[in-house]
Amino acid sequence: MSKRLASLVDWIDARFPLTSNWKAHLTEYYAPKNFNFWYYFGSLAMLVLVNQLLTGIFLTMNYKPDASMAFASVEYIMRDVDFGWLIRYMHSTGASMFFVVVYLHMFRGMMYGSYRKPRELLWLIGMGIFFMLMMLAFTGYILPWGQMSYWGAQVIVSMIGAIPVIGETLSNWLLGDFMLSDAALNRFFAYHVVTLPVLLVTLVVVHILALHEVGSSNPDGIEIKKYKDPVTHIPVDGIPFHPYYTVKDIFGVIVFLIVFCAIIFFAPEMGGYFLEYNNFVPANTLQTPDHIAPVWYFTPYYSMLRAVTINFLWIDAKLWGIVLMGGSVAIFALLPWLDRSPVKSIRYKGPIFKFALTLFVISVFVLGYLGTKSPTPLFTTLAQIFTVIYFAFFILMPWYSKIDKTKPEPTRVKE
Amino acid sequence: MADIEKKQEMNGRRRFLIAATSIAGGIAGVAVATPFMMSMMPSERAKAAGAPVEVDISKVEPGMLLLVEWRGKVVWVLNRTPEMLADLKKLDSQVSDPKSEKDQQPKYAQNETRSIKPAILVVEGVCTHLGCSPVYRKDIAPADLGADWLGGFFCPCHGSKFDLAGRVYKSVPAPTNLVVPPHLYLSDTTLLIGSDRKESA
Repeated sequence: MSKRLASLVDWIDARFPLTSNWKAHLTEYYAPKNFNFWYYFGSLAMLVLVNQLLTGIFLTMNYKPDASMAFASVEYIMRDVDFGWLIRYMHSTGASMFFVVVYLHMFRGMMYGSYRKPRELLWLIGMGIFFMLMMLAFTGYILPWGQMSYWGAQVIVSMIGAIPVIGETLSNWLLGDFMLSDAALNRFFAYHVVTLPVLLVTLVVVHILALHEVGSSNPDGIEIKKYKDPVTHIPVDGIPFHPYYTVKDIFGVIVFLIVFCAIIFFAPEMGGYFLEYNNFVPANTLQTPDHIAPVWYFTPYYSMLRAVTINFLWIDAKLWGIVLMGGSVAIFALLPWLDRSPVKSIRYKGPIFKFALTLFVISVFVLGYLGTKSPTPLFTTLAQIFTVIYFAFFILMPWYSKIDKTKPEPTRVKE
Repeated sequence: MADIEKKQEMNGRRRFLIAATSIAGGIAGVAVATPFMMSMMPSERAKAAGAPVEVDISKVEPGMLLLVEWRGKVVWVLNRTPEMLADLKKLDSQVSDPKSEKDQQPKYAQNETRSIKPAILVVEGVCTHLGCSPVYRKDIAPADLGADWLGGFFCPCHGSKFDLAGRVYKSVPAPTNLVVPPHLYLSDTTLLIGSDRKESA
């Protein structure tokens, strides 16, 4: 039997690079041997991606992208389709968990300097994935055509209208109408199920190809490719991805799935954070709900959007808010060039960086919390303060990362 | 020598041909993209849907707000009481465009009350910040809006405030006053929203 299998593989290898790719990306892809639990989240993001693709296909079998039918078709999936509730909750919980694992994945990169040379491009491709993910979350949230779908989209669409000169035409072009309506729902559905998933999957493949070109980073900031065995040319601090890290990642998958299933079965709405209560009311174009807030993963940016209340430098507050919100996401892309520290990892960085990163994390949480609340004068002031802290982390980095007291980085993993 | 010269000549010709075919290909690409891009503009059906609406305002009591749908947007018709109108003047220093100088209303509504008839305010209920519909808060000095609140509209999305003439307060995210749509009175109690010419009724 095994002889037959071997000859089949030989037959394929003569026609397609099967074994060579298997080796290059799995059994002979050497990853640093000092990964810790922070290195689970990349593979978990892939797992969630597969979950979203699979459950999404089954949801489209019953969903209707029509403003008069969309809300009812989602209720139909929840009540009348066998296991429709499970598939939908897997998809909606998957959306939130996608952001959980991606945020942790990005935080890992910030802690251990994974964006530093030679991984700048890898980081930028990752930013592209993050952007696609946000677009997917936005277009997906519109589809049930509930109150939050409608008014959340209204806010985002109005931002496009605020772009000077071309804004209005651009907004009409994007919506296919003069206001948010059936035409927009129909096309956002097309983006959500065809355009964006294709782009996302492509970028994920490119991300992994780039990773396998430069090799993985690690908590000690060691470049394992610098120390290879003179005979075998294998990095001495590396171990083959398969079976070592596949087995490790399976453990991560099991822990993740326990949490994932617990949410699906016991708290799919997560107290209004994963699925907002107002979205169980069909869209009413005449009335905004008394309290509107985006889903949790967008609340920090949303806080910054509404934190600006004064006109500044010929640009009015509204446009500044939009610029700040866009900037707060885009600025991550500059990290590889903002960080001037001689070392990569937080383990060898000095107290200033640790303080700055802590403050940054606090500001993200505070802004995230404020984004879920109604704006009061106190909350607006707080949002302004933490917006400044958020941006200061990035803008001041070239200076504080340079003067910070660092420890020398090791060149080999300690035994 | 002759060989090298010939090669260089070929290189020049090649470069020209590559440039020419790239430009031709680029033009073809733009030409092919055009119908797809144009298909995303509002359709003829969407363009035809913006007809004006007639509203009977005889039953709108003083202090009452009527919601009307026009072009998928909400238009408010507010019958203001004499006290409400008197309060407007007190707010001149707190609103950012008290005299309605920015082009957010037709000429006939560019006055102190931003309306044709002083009592009746006709305004789009769409926040000029990011398009939410503000909430009508006629209560005086409520706990959440502060002691100097004289009634107005509060946007729950981002906290913008407007007075009862749709004028925007200073230091809120919304940049301009609420939009007054084109409108006219067909009779004393019938309002046409969406056009200010009688023949379009």
